Amino acid sequence: MASASSLAASISPGTPADTVPRAELSEIDDSTKSPALFFLCSAILWLLVGTAFAVISSWKLHSPEFLNQWEWLTFGRARTAHLNTVVYGWAVNASFAVSLWIMARLSRSVVRHSGILMLAGAFWNIGLTVGIIGILAGDSTSVEWLEIPPYATPMLFIAYALIGGWTVVTFRFGKSEHIYVSQWYLLAAFFWFPWLYSVAQIMLIFAPARGTVQSLVNWWFAHNVLGLWLTPVGLAAVYYFLPKVLGKPIHSYYLSVLGFWSLALFYNWAGMHHLIGGPVPAWVLTAGIAASFMMVIPVVVTGINHHLTMVGSFHMLKYSPTLRFIVFGAVNYTLSSLLGSTMADRNVSEVVHFTHAIVGHSHHGLYAFFTMVMFGSIYYMLPRILRKEWPSAMLISIHFWTTAVGVIVMVIALSVVGAREGLEMNNANIPFIDVVKHTVAGLELRSYSGMLMTVGHIAFAVNFLWMLLKPRTAQNSEPTLFRQPTPDLETAAQ
Amino acid sequence: MNRAPLIFLGVFFTLAFSWTGIVLTNQLAYGKLEPVYDESEAKAFPQSVPGIAAQGKLVYQDLGCIYCHTQQVRRPGFGGDIDRGWGDRQSVARDYIRERRVLLGTMRTGPDLRNIGARQAGEGGREWHIRHMYDPQITSPGSIMPSFKYLFETRKIVGEPSPKAVQRLLPASAQPKTGYEVVLTERGDALIEYLLSLKDTYNYPEEASRVYVEPKNEEKKSEHPGEAVKPEKHP
Repeated sequence: MASASSLAASISPGTPADTVPRAELSEIDDSTKSPALFFLCSAILWLLVGTAFAVISSWKLHSPEFLNQWEWLTFGRARTAHLNTVVYGWAVNASFAVSLWIMARLSRSVVRHSGILMLAGAFWNIGLTVGIIGILAGDSTSVEWLEIPPYATPMLFIAYALIGGWTVVTFRFGKSEHIYVSQWYLLAAFFWFPWLYSVAQIMLIFAPARGTVQSLVNWWFAHNVLGLWLTPVGLAAVYYFLPKVLGKPIHSYYLSVLGFWSLALFYNWAGMHHLIGGPVPAWVLTAGIAASFMMVIPVVVTGINHHLTMVGSFHMLKYSPTLRFIVFGAVNYTLSSLLGSTMADRNVSEVVHFTHAIVGHSHHGLYAFFTMVMFGSIYYMLPRILRKEWPSAMLISIHFWTTAVGVIVMVIALSVVGAREGLEMNNANIPFIDVVKHTVAGLELRSYSGMLMTVGHIAFAVNFLWMLLKPRTAQNSEPTLFRQPTPDLETAAQ
Repeated sequence: MNRAPLIFLGVFFTLAFSWTGIVLTNQLAYGKLEPVYDESEAKAFPQSVPGIAAQGKLVYQDLGCIYCHTQQVRRPGFGGDIDRGWGDRQSVARDYIRERRVLLGTMRTGPDLRNIGARQAGEGGREWHIRHMYDPQITSPGSIMPSFKYLFETRKIVGEPSPKAVQRLLPASAQPKTGYEVVLTERGDALIEYLLSLKDTYNYPEEASRVYVEPKNEEKKSEHPGEAVKPEKHP
């Protein structure tokens, strides 16, 4: 591998898209319209479905008699349907939309063959629908993060291959001479995921490995869905939208390079911390713990880079919806990753492993970071794709505050109740049933916070639908901001 | 763009690193682990489970039991697993080699089940499971486990009442009309057989020799690696 500085030199010194003529960008945006809209509509529909499963399964956990007459909605299935709809329905559809849009813009490549993307989208969503119905009907594989039954997964793989191939082609035939850091993350993510997914499918479902080798493959895959797919897409979006909204370049390109390669090197080992104490070779766990600690480097480096880009522009959080969501997400990327590194420590894991604290942590990463970044990205993309503005700033505001407050309450509630649960569980003098009873209050709080987030999702979906349906107004419309900036501010910012 | 091949190489090698280290190395290291044949017992361990228990495992999988129950016992002194009586010894890799799907699990909303077949054994264990599945509040008041009433069915008594009828174990609210009886469905029966089959009681030779000691003593021991440690059963 060449030295980092020479690699860094290959990146443009400015935000590349700034140098692209407006008309060309507009043409590119237009060409992304049908695939991006298709993925976004799917994502938001899945978000609503996933939210419904979330509320149902959360409620069941403290009130087990709730909706308990139906086998297809038993906790083990509703919870699994929730995970798969929000991860593969919402998060992946949203990341397809956002990454294809960013990729087309940064590569300066008008989207050609968008039929391929539409076909891929159809495969993905039909495969997923079949999979979710399969899970509810009792065909779940019970392999965490790979529950979708084997009759649906080939469709998902085909969809993925089509989109991955399209991304590489778009990148290859683009006019842009430079590779911006967002593109690094996207290309890497599109390369990593099929590798992980195919190895995991083969070694776990189609030709299962013997014994706990399965568990190693399982967590190598499952943690890397977050680490090598959702995190790179989320960071690519932050790296793209942060400078874009602020109208200034990323603070340091050298830090971006360091952040990217250290993430690439360490994240893919980190998943082993999910098996601490388990019947697998201890050295693998130790390596996973070490890698989890080493993740502090990319996280801190990226956090500093983003923070120094923001410095001097914090007042813009008052106006720009995109910026507010993206910054909330970026801050929580730093927080949840640092907490994650801490939780990988053997002594901490001894307590929090197997508890609700882990559930809290995964919502911290997947929601407070990734989902919020996607929300912010969509608020930026959609007006450019549709050439209309968001109809209601009020709904955006409701969306932000309900989801932000909701997820913070959820993470804190689950972390506190989980830590207590872990401490009590390790003390054999406390009867197990008491440990369970002590979690109920926290689980109830989690349900309420989830309902708050549901309100936000409905506000978002209503705003989205309203925007799709409303007629396009006169030529130059004003962006929808939380409030109008005072005149001395750059209005070009949003 | 001319740097793209370099980026690709880097991206390739980073994942290849963990793929080699985590997946390939361990597949080679213990992916072909075999059962141990014990001459004194004339059996190979771990033992295979009866067919009905294997079917019950599929029910365990399709209901999603794994999301609240682990099947792994951590070593003595690490967590409260052994102290809680979830096993006599820690789980080892060889325990799982006959399982087509390994269900270690990552949540303990409910207790670990790796040795539930030892805790709730025999006919008494079966009856406990029947009550517990019908309504967890009967056996474990305050539990947040859902009931699995759909693993039971009420049917008309044809001829003699079935010896498999279970209503005598269930509360008054579950009693059928005269002429009817409550039985487990096939799936319910299989699930309970599976739970009864869950126990890792055999001590493998290499595990029997494992002594849990303070790290200080461990160092001393490693000074004499040639000396075989006398196998002893873990208490």
